[in-house]
Amino acid sequence: MYHYNDFDEAFVRERVGQFRAQVERRLGGSLTEDEFKPLRLMNGLYLQLHAYMLRVAVPYGTLNGTQMRQLAMIAERWDKGYGHFTTRQNIQYNWPKLNDVPDMLDALADVGMHAIQTSGNTIRNVTADHFAGAAADEIEDPRPVAELLRQWSTDHPEFQFLPRKFKIAVTGSPNDRAVTKAHDIGLRMVRNDAGDPGFEVIVGGGLGRTPMIGKVVRAFLPKADLLPYVEAIVSVYNLLGRRDNKYKARIKITVAENGLETIRDLVETRFAEIRGEFNGFDQELLTAIEAQFAPPEFSVAPTDAYETARAENPAFRSWTDTNLAPHRADGYAIVSISLKAHGETPGDATADQMRAIADLAEKFGHDEIRVSHEQNIVLPHVHKSDLPEIYEILRPNGLATANIGLVSDIIACPGMDYCALATARSIPIAQEIATRFDELKLEHEIGALKIKISGCINACGHHHVGHIGILGLDRAGVENYQITLGGDGTETAAIGERAGPGFSAEEIVPAIERLIDAYLKIRSDAEETFLQTYRRLGMAPFKAALYPEKEKANAA
Amino acid sequence: MTRRPFSPKVVTANALLEGDAVWLTTDDRWTRDIAEAEFIEDEAIAQDRLLFAMSQAEIVVGAYLADATASEVGPMPTHFREDFRTRGPSNYFHGKQAGA
Repeated sequence: MYHYNDFDEAFVRERVGQFRAQVERRLGGSLTEDEFKPLRLMNGLYLQLHAYMLRVAVPYGTLNGTQMRQLAMIAERWDKGYGHFTTRQNIQYNWPKLNDVPDMLDALADVGMHAIQTSGNTIRNVTADHFAGAAADEIEDPRPVAELLRQWSTDHPEFQFLPRKFKIAVTGSPNDRAVTKAHDIGLRMVRNDAGDPGFEVIVGGGLGRTPMIGKVVRAFLPKADLLPYVEAIVSVYNLLGRRDNKYKARIKITVAENGLETIRDLVETRFAEIRGEFNGFDQELLTAIEAQFAPPEFSVAPTDAYETARAENPAFRSWTDTNLAPHRADGYAIVSISLKAHGETPGDATADQMRAIADLAEKFGHDEIRVSHEQNIVLPHVHKSDLPEIYEILRPNGLATANIGLVSDIIACPGMDYCALATARSIPIAQEIATRFDELKLEHEIGALKIKISGCINACGHHHVGHIGILGLDRAGVENYQITLGGDGTETAAIGERAGPGFSAEEIVPAIERLIDAYLKIRSDAEETFLQTYRRLGMAPFKAALYPEKEKANAA
Repeated sequence: MTRRPFSPKVVTANALLEGDAVWLTTDDRWTRDIAEAEFIEDEAIAQDRLLFAMSQAEIVVGAYLADATASEVGPMPTHFREDFRTRGPSNYFHGKQAGA
């Protein structure tokens, strides 16, 4: 993975020093809140419902053991002993005190981390496939490109005051695990006819109050042209994007209002202008970065112990069935560690859990850890012979839940339990759904199902791309939950369709249960997933299950 | 044009240092307990108190008027958001409910 050079180190330290002085000036009264707010946001510090919240960037979701251990230390020393992993592969601390934040940032800098541009109208943390560098289906590891984009976008003088925030996701695989079509720019690695790797460039995707699936602006972009092309897109958006209306300021609206053809022409023109300015330095830099992402030396060993454990221990077998993904190296697996134990807060990890994960990564996982946008942790490189021992360590740490991709593996934003923007709570709904389906012992029979919950229209919980999406709203002073169906965040991306009137907090879990009962009855066989059934039969049977009274009234 | 009747208010904000919810008292203090807050039934007074709160930039951030109702123990929130601010999150026993 990438290690800071002297420039990175000096830059991050300088920013911490600047922020320390800014906090002192705010506390001393020489900066007003209006003056201070943009400065704290540039450093990832929000003011939420009950406290400040510090959002720390985990670039493209990649961490090593030392970094994870430091995140645990920060959680214990300056917060309440836990952290919340987010749908942007970041980690948030929910209880920092303003005057502690500079020390927290210094502690992050000690391990090559920061909170720069995790907020504000800037290019945010670049996200990537959480299986990057390990996935069997991958063309190339997308993280060197993501790191190049991080370096290019950090403090980029042209892009510090964009019309609105700007999110880039990159994947090296045809199977899209990075939700690239719901980003301002999505980069999907593809090969051209000659077999050279390059990118399909997608623009104008996004969720929020106006969800849109991104459109292909360039079907094949040679790898070497990536930086000037992305700069051309952001540059065009910077001039064209609407600053008069916050709700129309994202590039998805710019693309929708101007048309893809116009945007493409402008981008290509700008690209032609600036391409010459990239005189090869970016490619030298990329080559140097790529060297730091060289794959680990995979060992060759028998996997008999793994097969024996699977045969002997049904719980272990169940965990391996759900929590492993195919690795490119023989004898290896990608391990997903669920942060969705039934009844717990999705994405939360205690300091002890973080340290347990750090230990496992160092001992068994080539010191690599990933944060997934689905709010789980991934050990990307694990030899199968080590899995029984890993499982026995995960279990007492509350980290062995066998539910990846199942009904209880729910994405939930912090909602009104923490977030100042939220209109309803998300976490308790996720906890109740997971607890309920665990009681019913139906989880494995239901199979692949993605439930995603947002506590407001901004859609941090990705509800639009959930197979079942839940959106929490404030309806006349009461929490109300709307259901959308048929969303999909993968390469077959789709925005979910609203099922009908919302449900109260008491009604929403029974409504989800009716929905899933209906699916179990109408699926063609056990192999047909919820999404496939929805695509085959449409909304009608699910609507009937959600609103039985209406059905009765219609029949009468 | 008929004016809607004024619904009673409290002045609330977040503490500058800790960020937690605070309410303005009649004697110009900021309290962590909404029951100690000044209960304001007059719109002109509400605006005046809000202006005072906004001048307290070295103590609080983001002052605003929140709907409240009277009770035996003192003002109480009427909206669930304001109610959550008096307690803390529902997933952990953290924040005001834990006495922190």
